[in-house]
Amino acid sequence: MKQGIFTVIKNEQLAPGVHRLRLEGDTSGVTSPGQFADVLIPGCFLRRPFSVCGAEGGVLTLCVRNTGRGTALLTASSPGARLDILTGLGNGFDLSAAGERPLLMGGGTGSPPLYPLCASLLRLGARPGVALGYPSAEAALYLDEFRSLGIEPEVYTLDGSLGMTGLPTQALRAGGYTSVYACGPLPMLAAIDREADCPVVQLSLEARMGCGFGACMGCTIETKDGPRRVCKDGPVFGKGEVIW
Amino acid sequence: MVNTSVKLCGEELKNPIIPASGTFGYGREFAGIYDLNCLGSFTLKGTTERPRFGNPRPRIAEGPSGILNSVGLQNPGVDTVIERELPAIAGFFSGKVVANICGFSLGEYVRVAEKFDSCPQVGWLEVNISCPNVHGGGMGFGTTARGAAEVTRAVRRAVKKPVIVKLTPNVTDICEIARACEAEGADGLSLINTVLAMRIDPATRRPVLGSMTGGLSGPAVFPLAVRMVWQVYETVGIPIIGMGGVRSAADVIELMLAGATAVGVGAANLVDPFASRDIVSALPEEMDKFGIENLVDIIGGAHNG
Ligand SMILES: Cc1cc2nc3c(=O)[nH]c(=O)nc-3n(C[C@H](O)[C@H](O)[C@H](O)COP(=O)(O)OP(=O)(O)OC[C@H]3O[C@@H](n4cnc5c(N)ncnc54)[C@H](O)[C@@H]3O)c2cc1C
Ligand SMILES: Cc1cc2nc3c(=O)[nH]c(=O)nc-3n(C[C@H](O)[C@H](O)[C@H](O)COP(=O)(O)O)c2cc1C
Ligand code: FES
Repeated sequence: MKQGIFTVIKNEQLAPGVHRLRLEGDTSGVTSPGQFADVLIPGCFLRRPFSVCGAEGGVLTLCVRNTGRGTALLTASSPGARLDILTGLGNGFDLSAAGERPLLMGGGTGSPPLYPLCASLLRLGARPGVALGYPSAEAALYLDEFRSLGIEPEVYTLDGSLGMTGLPTQALRAGGYTSVYACGPLPMLAAIDREADCPVVQLSLEARMGCGFGACMGCTIETKDGPRRVCKDGPVFGKGEVIW
Repeated sequence: MVNTSVKLCGEELKNPIIPASGTFGYGREFAGIYDLNCLGSFTLKGTTERPRFGNPRPRIAEGPSGILNSVGLQNPGVDTVIERELPAIAGFFSGKVVANICGFSLGEYVRVAEKFDSCPQVGWLEVNISCPNVHGGGMGFGTTARGAAEVTRAVRRAVKKPVIVKLTPNVTDICEIARACEAEGADGLSLINTVLAMRIDPATRRPVLGSMTGGLSGPAVFPLAVRMVWQVYETVGIPIIGMGGVRSAADVIELMLAGATAVGVGAANLVDPFASRDIVSALPEEMDKFGIENLVDIIGGAHNG
């Protein structure tokens, strides 16, 4: 964990209500894809957790959906705004057992955090497949970013306005993957945990947090190994670990 | 050079700053980012006889100037704390820690207290009779003078270390309860615990917290803490650990003027992991600003005249 002051250098809308913030600062605290950052938003008492969607060359990338008071303030922040951010939080994805053909599955704002993971897996020589789900074409995120890595994501929309109709979990049926990495809504993660037919499954969870670094026990979930903190022992949990 | 040291129930502290129970885990997370030996002491998470998962999620909500929690005393149980956490603490903190003791019966309070009493690393036994989260648990004891007296008496008889009773603010007359604890031999009092509170989500039309209500703490409760420490200081002669919403060295001085001998820092640690360290390092300058040479001189200072 590292505390630092970051300066907003870019704020762009990616889809209705979803903004990408580029923040300049010391990104050396980020040690693995799948970690999160905890942002102190002026006007909010508690920090807000967001998955890291990039941390390279002193620029931290966060993709934020406006769902409440804090995210409304954050998505409205202008270049030049300075934010106190804790980085390097959480365990992050375990890339060591990804195998030849990892399948990356994202739902909504869970998709962008898979982008740095995808880049890392490519560097390790894997050939990742990517399946992303959104409510509609309008809400789709990060398709071009994955394409820039040379990956054509399989897209699923609930209303069928883009790609295939339905949920990204359908991608599991094709088989042939050696591992699954997923970030998205809890029901999607629970379904993947049930249905994925491979030994390595890495699921990135969300929970309301008090501190984000393991001190308050606010985010604890039940796992088969007993109570675990999403912020410190997670947010990534393995196959069959979480008691849904 | 100003002198920040204070004495809490006979034990010297290099300064009065003590991170509060439940906001500092067992110190590990903080020891990873700064040297905890700068602190006066720190308080362990509330500990029961057996492991407890705590309350259903969500356990955290936010207020305009504070946090609501309904963690519900999640802890691994006293034996695990003694076998696993205390040895780990020995690796990064050379002082004595405050053990926070919870129970759902007099017998449980006594058994947990006895176990911590035999640990040389534990300097004080803070008996939490006030946690508002657990139905039929802490609340029952801490909200009546009789209940508070019973727990104090039972624990006081069973142990040798100083017993500091931690009071809940969710009562009509905190002085009556403070008096009852003192009469039964409490060596100190610690206040305030969290204030019973609630948030409702207009979208779901349901309470935000899984257990409906939770305890509010943070800057929102600071003036309440000052008032209660003031009142209790007027009522009893034993030392007080004042806490509730502290986030700066100025707050520390204010609570000490109200009557606190030591000062707990809670929610501030969760928002800023360096908060307690930074309060410690800001203290000398803040003392200079107000012409304070010896911090002990200002304890209860607001009551003179
Ligand atoms: C590990 C992790 C990674 C996340 N990554 C992203 C991301 O990349 N992009 C993104 O848009 N969102 C992400 N979220 C969700 C994001 O944290 C919430 O949307 C945000 O905290 C809401 O804040 P608010 O003030 O707008 O909402 P409010 O409802 O006003 O917030 C009130 C309180 O509830 C908490 N809260 C509300 N919704 C959530 C939620 N879904 N998860 C956790 N806490 C919540 C807030 O932090 C705050 O403490 C992530 C959450 C976690 C735990
Ligand atoms: C997340 C959380 C957990 C807490 N757990 C305990 C506990 O286990 N035992 C206890 O006596 N007090 C507990 N408290 C209360 C604090 O120790 C403190 O009395 C209170 O929060 C007021 O201080 P603050 O405003 O600085 O947070 C907890 C508070 C918080 C925020
Ligand atoms: S949010 Fe505090 S322990 Fe996880």
